[in-house]
Amino acid sequence: MKRSSTRSSSLTRWLSQNTGFAAALLLFTALFLTYNVMHPRGFSSAVAIQNANETVAIAFVAMAQTLPVLIGGLDLSVGAVMTLANCVASELLTGSPLQIVLGAVLTLLTGALFGFMNGCIVVYGRIQPIIATLATGAVAIGLALLIRPKPGGNVDDDLSWALTNSVWDLADTYGFADGGEAWWLRPFADIPVPFLLVVLIAVIVWVPFRRSVTGRTVYAIGSAEGAAYMSGLPIQRAKITAFTLAGFLAACGGLYLAIQTSSGNADVQQAGAYTLNSIAAVVLGGTSLLGGTGGAIASLVGAMILRVISFYFRILDIDPLLQPLIEGLVLLTAVSFGAFRTLRVKNQLDLFR
Amino acid sequence: MDRALKPGERTRMTEAIVEYQGISKYFAGIRALEGVDFKCRSGSVHAILGENGAGKSTLIKIMAGVLQPDAGSVLMEGKEVSFAGPQAAVDAGIVCMFQELSLIPDLSVADNISISSPPRRFGLIDRRAQVRRAEELLARVRCEDVDPNALVRELSLSRRQMVEIAKALGRNPKVLILDEATSALTARDVRTVYDLLAELKDAGVASLFISHRMHEVEALCDTLSVFRNGQHIETFQKGAKSEREIVRLMIGRDVDAQFPPKPDRAGDAAMAEPILEVKNLKWGNRLNGIDLSLRRGEIVGLGGLDGQGQKELLLALFGVLKDVAGDVRVGDRKGLPTSPATAKNAATRMALVPEDRKTEGLMLDMSIADNLLASSFRRISRGPFIDPGRAAAEIGKGIAKLQIKIGSADDPVMTLSGGNQQKVVLAKWLMIDPDIILLNDPTRGIDVGTKQEIYRLMRELANEGKAILFYSSDYAELIGCCDRVSVLYGGRVVSEQSGDGITEESLVAASLNIDVEAA
Repeated sequence: MKRSSTRSSSLTRWLSQNTGFAAALLLFTALFLTYNVMHPRGFSSAVAIQNANETVAIAFVAMAQTLPVLIGGLDLSVGAVMTLANCVASELLTGSPLQIVLGAVLTLLTGALFGFMNGCIVVYGRIQPIIATLATGAVAIGLALLIRPKPGGNVDDDLSWALTNSVWDLADTYGFADGGEAWWLRPFADIPVPFLLVVLIAVIVWVPFRRSVTGRTVYAIGSAEGAAYMSGLPIQRAKITAFTLAGFLAACGGLYLAIQTSSGNADVQQAGAYTLNSIAAVVLGGTSLLGGTGGAIASLVGAMILRVISFYFRILDIDPLLQPLIEGLVLLTAVSFGAFRTLRVKNQLDLFR
Repeated sequence: MDRALKPGERTRMTEAIVEYQGISKYFAGIRALEGVDFKCRSGSVHAILGENGAGKSTLIKIMAGVLQPDAGSVLMEGKEVSFAGPQAAVDAGIVCMFQELSLIPDLSVADNISISSPPRRFGLIDRRAQVRRAEELLARVRCEDVDPNALVRELSLSRRQMVEIAKALGRNPKVLILDEATSALTARDVRTVYDLLAELKDAGVASLFISHRMHEVEALCDTLSVFRNGQHIETFQKGAKSEREIVRLMIGRDVDAQFPPKPDRAGDAAMAEPILEVKNLKWGNRLNGIDLSLRRGEIVGLGGLDGQGQKELLLALFGVLKDVAGDVRVGDRKGLPTSPATAKNAATRMALVPEDRKTEGLMLDMSIADNLLASSFRRISRGPFIDPGRAAAEIGKGIAKLQIKIGSADDPVMTLSGGNQQKVVLAKWLMIDPDIILLNDPTRGIDVGTKQEIYRLMRELANEGKAILFYSSDYAELIGCCDRVSVLYGGRVVSEQSGDGITEESLVAASLNIDVEAA
């Protein structure tokens, strides 16, 4: 190609356009490998399964938070919608296989509907996302408490076991692939199912969304809403879709939490913690809170970083009381790098826009 | 007038592809367009000319579906249409390139070119096809060096403008509106745009060309329309009128504002040492070597059409811009202030009345008193605390000096009329007793009475020995108020006029960078 000299290679270009994500990926890899080296049973299926189980819910909630952040907003209801879905699932995930599937679908639908409502309030009510979702988040927690005043529930045991262990256990439980012994299953047998679930949802929901006009519009709104309008993009539809998907992904987290704990728990503190951690994970993944850049996969990595940090407390014998302090310092260090952007601004008035 | 086109008079040309009948548009009761009849034809390149505020941009926004007219109708190929939004206009074939670019900085060039209707496969955006399409369109505008996968924000302004053109081309326009499309382009790109317009003309596209560069209009357009004060004055063919006649059509009004007399001090003012001296001031591609001097007791105007660097010059002098190059002396100090705070606190104090009163001049929700004091807390404080007695006295003085009409000084400043709001901004800055006053279009959007008060105030301040640098988009103001006027064009001072040499004709001609004597 005669133009190749003036064009950077695709890898360099990707790196320059996704510096935050690349840094997050590097940080996670370093943290995770070190953790496994230090762990007495590091690099084993058991450790991987435990880690994956503890990461799934926050990973989904962080992916959920990404969409409102991309349009330049914040969704303070993601933790609450996760909790609501958790409580709905604890009522419905029982009975015949068909009933269980129906229950899961209804749970996810609850979250998506709640997100749709958030989107409509933001678009048609013209209320800022942060305050609209603060209010609807309280509504979601209220509904969760109505459904499940006390922790508990009834979740199918087989399902619970199969989805929180390795692929071999999944096959063994439901008796397919020769109970997990089939030759073609061997290479995947030790992979944790929860990890596959997150990847599956990311691939079937996020990837197509990213390549749709609606998904592109979400980025355009966060980047330059005026230009998006002038270009004739469907702004209202994109905003509503962003919140609907956020609700759906938060419900995925809640559904998994119900399967993992075999119960539902309308825990107000937990909901709040998940919401705040989701924002931290989004930022750690390299998504700008101003909107327009980043993505759900990046937030997934951000969520994994948050979790790996907490794993260290177990093996290093650090006082768990120090955990918030250290997590705070890591977050602060990570976001400081983002502030270098402002050094390049030539018109100081632009800093305030 | 002999070759002026009246509607329906000429049959040689093809039918109007789009026609506007009796279009009116008002903003808060103020006329932006009134009863405009306008049509443009397939296969023509049609220039729209007018001063600042003539209604050109309102007309374009109505054409592009961004604004809806308050009255009148739009006929597209003979059928009445109305556009609910920009996409509806694009679907009908009216594609507009806006002056403020409509590109999304965080998306790639290829994404932007096919922004709202990308090529798809299985319902999803086909990135490869999109890149191929971008490459084809970029090749048409001879920008093969632009990487379709680069983010728009990585591109220079001139490349962005070319991408914007490629995006417009990709939308298969029947009517293509170019609003200052060449303002940031290099000479080579301008050539490309010329060729492209010729190509489109042959293909039957109607191009509407809004430019402040008279030589471009001369080179490109076959039909010219002049707008003035929200009205369509006349449409004629190229060559039917001289540049001088065109300029006169664009002005065509009486100077009706009353200005205070200018003192005849040309002699001793010229002797005095300038308080502000600027040599070869450069910033990005907006300021390209400005030379300017300002003396005490003098009002110097900045002329020229909007966006020729006047605002950037004022911001640079006030310390808002970074990486400004050039030699500057303010009073006894060399160099520019590094921030507005240093500008106002230096030995030679500066004040800037900014362009946008509502975001940069005032804190709208705060009280009149708080706004008046915002720049002078240092002068009215004892230690860390505001001295209420001194504050009240200063507020009283400020209100009296500018005769601001208020109920109570504790009311939010947004309850005041535009004129009184602007007086609050002025009073705020006068409280610091500035030596140099920078004014960015201070009379925009305010009533005639207040305007005249501001003119008188400016002259009083100059007589007290202050130096005033005054940007106005209204030529009458520059003529009436200024001792000297520097006309900016493309980030340079292209003409300096003083005394009786400042006339409307000379200002308009200089702002279009044409030489009236030669025309």
